[in-house]
Amino acid sequence: MSSVVTTEQPGGRPKTAGRSFVASSGMLSTLGPLAALILACVFFSLKSDRFFTGSNFSLIFQQTMVVGVEAIGQTLIILTAGIDLSNGAIMALSGILMSRLAVNNGVNPFLAILLGFLLAAAFGLLNGVLVTSIRLPPFIVTLGTLNIAFALTHIYSQEQTVTNVPGALTWLGNTFDVGQTAITYGTVLMLVLYAFTWYMLSQTKTGRHIYAIGNNPEAVRLAGIKTDRLLLIVYTAAGLFYGIAALLLVARTSVGDPNAGQTDNLDSITAVVLGGTSLFGGRGLIIGTLIGALIVGVFRNGLQLIGVSSIYQVLITGILVILAVAVDQVVRRRSR
Amino acid sequence: MATNGVTPVLEARGLVKRYGQVTALDGADFELLPGEVLAVIGDNGAGKSTLIKALSGAIQPDAGELLMEGQPVRFANPLDARRHGIETVYQDLAVAPALDIAENLYLGREILRPGILGSVFRMLDRKRMVAEAADHMQNLKIGIQSMRQPVETLSGGQRQGVAVARSAAFATRVIIMDEPTAALGVKESHMVLDLIREVRDRGLPVILISHNMPQVFEVADRVHIQRLGRRVAVVNPREFSASDAVAIMTGAMAGEKVSDAA
Repeated sequence: MSSVVTTEQPGGRPKTAGRSFVASSGMLSTLGPLAALILACVFFSLKSDRFFTGSNFSLIFQQTMVVGVEAIGQTLIILTAGIDLSNGAIMALSGILMSRLAVNNGVNPFLAILLGFLLAAAFGLLNGVLVTSIRLPPFIVTLGTLNIAFALTHIYSQEQTVTNVPGALTWLGNTFDVGQTAITYGTVLMLVLYAFTWYMLSQTKTGRHIYAIGNNPEAVRLAGIKTDRLLLIVYTAAGLFYGIAALLLVARTSVGDPNAGQTDNLDSITAVVLGGTSLFGGRGLIIGTLIGALIVGVFRNGLQLIGVSSIYQVLITGILVILAVAVDQVVRRRSR
Repeated sequence: MATNGVTPVLEARGLVKRYGQVTALDGADFELLPGEVLAVIGDNGAGKSTLIKALSGAIQPDAGELLMEGQPVRFANPLDARRHGIETVYQDLAVAPALDIAENLYLGREILRPGILGSVFRMLDRKRMVAEAADHMQNLKIGIQSMRQPVETLSGGQRQGVAVARSAAFATRVIIMDEPTAALGVKESHMVLDLIREVRDRGLPVILISHNMPQVFEVADRVHIQRLGRRVAVVNPREFSASDAVAIMTGAMAGEKVSDAA
């Protein structure tokens, strides 16, 4: 893995750098992860001729999309210098709600989906309210809501997996063909959500304020920006992303599973960190998170193809996370 | 007070502010004249920062009145003061380090693209912000090549330059600088002092709050001395020494006797 480190080195922002180089410094933090992803793909392509195929990549995307969409919400929150431990639990609760309403209560499936989204957004809003009004650290707030959402999921579901979910809830798992490759609508939805978030973060006022608040909340407040309102928007939007992830999970598995998403909080944080976003807030690109999620997906898939136990994927992910955070620390220290 | 019949840009009369048992402002007066650098000095607890907060809208006085160009005004919050053309530069470099210079200059006042891109898609007009930021920086003779440079790549003095340029770009009446050199080295402090003169020469009066007597006496046109919640004197730095000012500040010399001379 040492080659990954060396490609990451130019990511430091040198004070003496010329203008074009510095102007793209946001991109630099993403180059390392991108190199790691490409290297991993090259490695597995050489080791297995089943890796570099359209259908295998389609599979990787399908395996990535749930955590990938949760990681969008996680990225938004981490950019504000927060963290969200509750996203997997919120997703599970939302998924159980929409599938149970549709299956057990005969609610119109589209209304059930909408209510699932609303519940997830409401939980996100609850996180935001607790963070802004009582000024509790996001770590503690979301640790609390993690447990609340987890317990509610199991109470409400009575530990029952919901099967026979109607087509509206599984539609995103359907595929369309591009050449020989079957691509799910869910994959497309994930990419659209990433594109939308990229636009919002890089081209709009709200997006730049999200970066600024993670950089220096006091400066943002002094600039006359309503910081609490901004944080509420971020947490609520993150909740909505978890609701969409819930629908993607139901679509992919065709069931409502009360035990879903239990490691998704850490998995989404892993994707964000691997993608070069700073856990200290204010730095990072959403495209990095997609790359981070894909790195995990590619290792899991590739190791399986070459017949190596998937526990090695966990091992490699652990090493990569530490590398990514170490690089971020070096970059931050140099910019002081 | 030697105002020579000129209407002050910003004036306070008899400001009172109490925090529980503590009286931070005890009938404080204040006058800022057009085109001057007015330094505000005072010992800790003299009510200096409370006075400045009242002038910038960060707090509301319990009694007394504020006037802008002779007209009574009230500032419910800092935004209100800003709408009246008062901008404040804070000591702790209130910038977002990972954002670029243009983004910092326009933080909270972003310009959107004209037409549907701006009105519907809320798209920022980066080109225009970069171009105008370059103009503002040039006006203050701050030599930085690229407005797309993240602020964290700048030196402390240059960062403060960005903060000053932001205030100067949007202030129409007054700039308040709260300890603008407190976080800076000697050379960088001089850069900021030059900026203060530059801003004044461009016609904007500056209120400078500082602990640094040599700097105050180098750059100020008049010095407002605050003690025990009131203004005890306004001195001309060309007629009074820094040690006199400190004596008045600490009560060793009676302020009332000298203030007429200013």
